[in-house]
Amino acid sequence: MNRNIIISFGLHTLLVIITAMSLPFLSKKPLDLPQIVSVELIQIKDKTNIPFAPKAKKIIEKVKEKEKKLVSEQAPPKIVKKQKPDAIPLPNKKIEKVKKIEDEKQNPKKVETEIKQISEFEKKELFDTNNIAALIDKSKVESAETNKKMDKVTQDQDKDANFKGLSLSEEDALKAQIFGCWSIPLGLPYNENLLVRIKLQLKPDGSIIRTEILDHARMNKPGQGFYKVLAESALRAVKLCQPLRVPSSGYERWKELQLNFDAREMLEG
Amino acid sequence: MLFRYLFILLTLFPLKTFALIEVDITRGNLNPLPVAVSPLSIEEESKNNFKKILDIDNLGSEISAVVENNLRQSGLFNPLSKNAFLQKPDIANLKPRFEDWNLIKAQALITGKVTFVDEKLRVEFRLWDVLAGKEMMALAFTTVPSNWRRVGHIITDKVYERLTGENGYFDTRIIYVSEKGPKTNRIKKLAIMDQDGFNNKYLTLGNELVLTPRFSPTNQMVTYLSYFRNLPRVYLLDIETGLQEVVGDFPGMTFAPRFSPDGKKIIMSFAKDGNSDIYTMDLENRIVERITNHPSIDTSPSFSPDGKYITFNSDRSGYQQIYIMSKNGKDVKRISFGNGLYGTPVWSPRGDLIAFTKLHKGKFYIGVMRTDGTGERLLTENFYQEAPSWSPNGRVLIFYRETKTNSKGEGFSAKLWSIDLTGYNEKMVETETDASDPSWSSLLSN
Repeated sequence: MNRNIIISFGLHTLLVIITAMSLPFLSKKPLDLPQIVSVELIQIKDKTNIPFAPKAKKIIEKVKEKEKKLVSEQAPPKIVKKQKPDAIPLPNKKIEKVKKIEDEKQNPKKVETEIKQISEFEKKELFDTNNIAALIDKSKVESAETNKKMDKVTQDQDKDANFKGLSLSEEDALKAQIFGCWSIPLGLPYNENLLVRIKLQLKPDGSIIRTEILDHARMNKPGQGFYKVLAESALRAVKLCQPLRVPSSGYERWKELQLNFDAREMLEG
Repeated sequence: MLFRYLFILLTLFPLKTFALIEVDITRGNLNPLPVAVSPLSIEEESKNNFKKILDIDNLGSEISAVVENNLRQSGLFNPLSKNAFLQKPDIANLKPRFEDWNLIKAQALITGKVTFVDEKLRVEFRLWDVLAGKEMMALAFTTVPSNWRRVGHIITDKVYERLTGENGYFDTRIIYVSEKGPKTNRIKKLAIMDQDGFNNKYLTLGNELVLTPRFSPTNQMVTYLSYFRNLPRVYLLDIETGLQEVVGDFPGMTFAPRFSPDGKKIIMSFAKDGNSDIYTMDLENRIVERITNHPSIDTSPSFSPDGKYITFNSDRSGYQQIYIMSKNGKDVKRISFGNGLYGTPVWSPRGDLIAFTKLHKGKFYIGVMRTDGTGERLLTENFYQEAPSWSPNGRVLIFYRETKTNSKGEGFSAKLWSIDLTGYNEKMVETETDASDPSWSSLLSN
């Protein structure tokens, strides 16, 4: 009895883990999930000591105007939780204004680029020039981190793409290549269900490791001469075409491919 | 209990890992398949023996040339130049070096061996899939040496069947009307030849006008129309023995006798009381049965391959159009509705299409349509051409075409032409004289 309960418990746990890890709808991220907004904490002095502050002010105003326009063209930003007033000490109204605009234009979905913009404004207008070098260094580190993050995102997307198939252009390139290699046996009847499905195992360079006709048993059945001829022609096409024009990345995605050869359209025409 | 859990686990196990990318390939090319026809190897002794009997230096090369020519004429194969071959015929027949054949872009390879055994010709041949590196077929034939061309045709049929999936049409013959002399005084003889134009023989002397010869399903008999003292007669001719037999004298205009698929009846049209209708004649008891009874002109009947239906042309709608009906003349249904006049319908041996001649705006077309009249396709257009006849596999049509020999329209020439269902592979069939009214036999080796 106890043994059964333990086995049952163990299997249930395993089931829940596997289900949680594998089911496609669970692994997908919800679309509207708000992303984390990274905020840089900086020390700001009361007065700027940038030598050509008025000139810099003009430039900043121009940029602001541009950004306002851009913001108006964008979709209304989602409501982001207000930052705590003590998170960034804002010594004067002028800076508050800048910050406000930044808040308005801030789109939580495009965090990385906006972080860069903020740091640039702040570098020019708000910070001690003595610290610029340090800030640049920091921004370098930051941008590198951002890039890393972006890379990570790309990889995640790539993982998702494992299950999405080839893009249209990738598929078209492959199709166009095989179209050129496949000599259709013109003697086949157009009104019979002749579909040959071939599973391929590919090397990263597109050459073929293995081919497998999925309905192999049908090839040697009596009365299936047409199917055999079509299957052989399809195999010849695949071998003639190799290495196949496969995408340069995402090998995991296409290391196994299934090609469905259907000549009816051509034979009917 | 444990199994139940395992079952649940298996059903829920990472589903997405099995999501295989599928790509649909719905188009290909219609380029002829590159084939290497290696000369059949032959030893010196056999070579000398065949030279004595047939006066041919290298029979192996000659047989492979027949195969090569047949494949090229079909339009579906592209035999590669022998100059490019890297492997000798005798070694290739034992074990081809596929890399060498791959190098010259051959996708299929034919090798073989010819030997002289007990006064007979023995031919072995093998068909290889170069890309897969495997043998697809191996056969051997033994026959009298004079049959060497037929062996070449049979090999082609086997190769064709293996690579295209349909029966071949190379081991067949064509009967036609050979024509000589000026148009006003043509001498017409019955002639028969292999489908590639070789082994031409004349079956009649040319004293009488002969028209519309048609093979029986067994190939032994031919029915044709001949005028004896200006009266049309339907004849039966045994090709093997040369014996002729008059089936009957028929009144008025008689047209195009043709066998039923079982070879027991002849179907034709003739005019009785000034009205042309379709009749059948039982060859055993010679009883004539009227099939259509309509005041219009009904001609050119042709049975469907199962013998249940008949297609014919009639002007009962005001213009000559194609109709089908059941074998007893009931359920007449018009199937052609295009512009122009339609005639000489012939049911395909595969049963799926009807070939016809169409006259529209002063031009003649050879075309095909489905048996319900849909999918009309005109394959070829010319100044004057008619009388299509199907190859036994229902893939190629042979017909005759008359051409003006100069720009003034003086002179005149009639030749046989063939065209396949794609409409691209149109070729003239060489004949010694002018030729008309061709009829294609079924496969001789069946």
